[in-house]
Amino acid sequence: MDHAEEHEHVFLPQHLHHFATEEQQRESATFGMWLFLLTEIMFFGGMFFSYLIYRNWYYDAFAVASNQLSVPLGGTNTAVLITSGFFMALAVWASEVRKKGLLVIFLLLTMVFGTVFIGIKSVEYHEKWEKHHIPGAHFDTAEFVNPHAYGINEAPLSPDAATKTQIFFSLYFLMTGIHAIHMIIGLGILVWLTIRAHRGDFTMGYVAPIENFALYWHFVDVIWLFLFPLLYLINRHPGR
Amino acid sequence: MTEFHDASNVTNPEHTAHHVVPPRTYIFVFITLLIFTGLTVVAAYIDLGIFNPVVALAIASFKAVIVFLFFMHVKYQSRLIKLTVGAGFFSFFVLTAMSLSDYISRAWGLW
Repeated sequence: MDHAEEHEHVFLPQHLHHFATEEQQRESATFGMWLFLLTEIMFFGGMFFSYLIYRNWYYDAFAVASNQLSVPLGGTNTAVLITSGFFMALAVWASEVRKKGLLVIFLLLTMVFGTVFIGIKSVEYHEKWEKHHIPGAHFDTAEFVNPHAYGINEAPLSPDAATKTQIFFSLYFLMTGIHAIHMIIGLGILVWLTIRAHRGDFTMGYVAPIENFALYWHFVDVIWLFLFPLLYLINRHPGR
Repeated sequence: MTEFHDASNVTNPEHTAHHVVPPRTYIFVFITLLIFTGLTVVAAYIDLGIFNPVVALAIASFKAVIVFLFFMHVKYQSRLIKLTVGAGFFSFFVLTAMSLSDYISRAWGLW
């Protein structure tokens, strides 16, 4: 008798034939996802390190420039992102307990809050554009050299020190920008996952895509949990 | 073939059974994260001198750890995954410490 006819082949996406058990396949995927996230730690780590060095070198410029960011907007965005992550965590649960309707709803809520975050971020970027706080040829140091003329309660910086606020804003746009790109990529993947979830792909015991995307989404959240205090809250009690 | 096909998972007990984290845990973590976000803003407006960045980073690290442990399920994973996550942060801290020692020692006494 031919070997192939001895037993029925059932295709389960959560148990491909080259894995001994479902658990082994699942752990392999988790392990691989974490290896990717380790490269992300190194990627963002380099930026956090340059931030550390420049903040120590040009602390006054960093503190004054940081106070130009809006704490209400930044704080709201932190809460929005945490809420988005919360719904992503619930989506993993819904997938595990095989509730298709809830899974789709939680994925959509994750997307809604993620999109709100990008929206608030773009409002903040637009304000920087209007105030000439984008580093480059049109950067305006007047507010930092002569803050009292603009009604800003800060110690004035020397013209040389004031140009160093551009380093702060460069790092601000670099770090928040790459963070935002990660979120936009995540939102794109979420669209695809939601369509597949609606089709019922992830409520038949196959949780890995939802679970591993959640790892990515939470990791991007964690990056922001550090960006918020480091960029927005350097010295919020000026003139002490 | 048979000794490699270990369906009941006897030879590698490190593969832990999958743990479903209940929504209750996620709600606790969610509320804790929101409270500590408020705390970090409040702490920033209080003049703590040199301890302002220390407090800010401590709160951010605490929030990151509970996201890793509960939202990202590290608490419920096998030792292989835990070690992998730990190795990533350990490598990052080693690189940071080595680079910082370079920067500090080049302008010795000027910091």
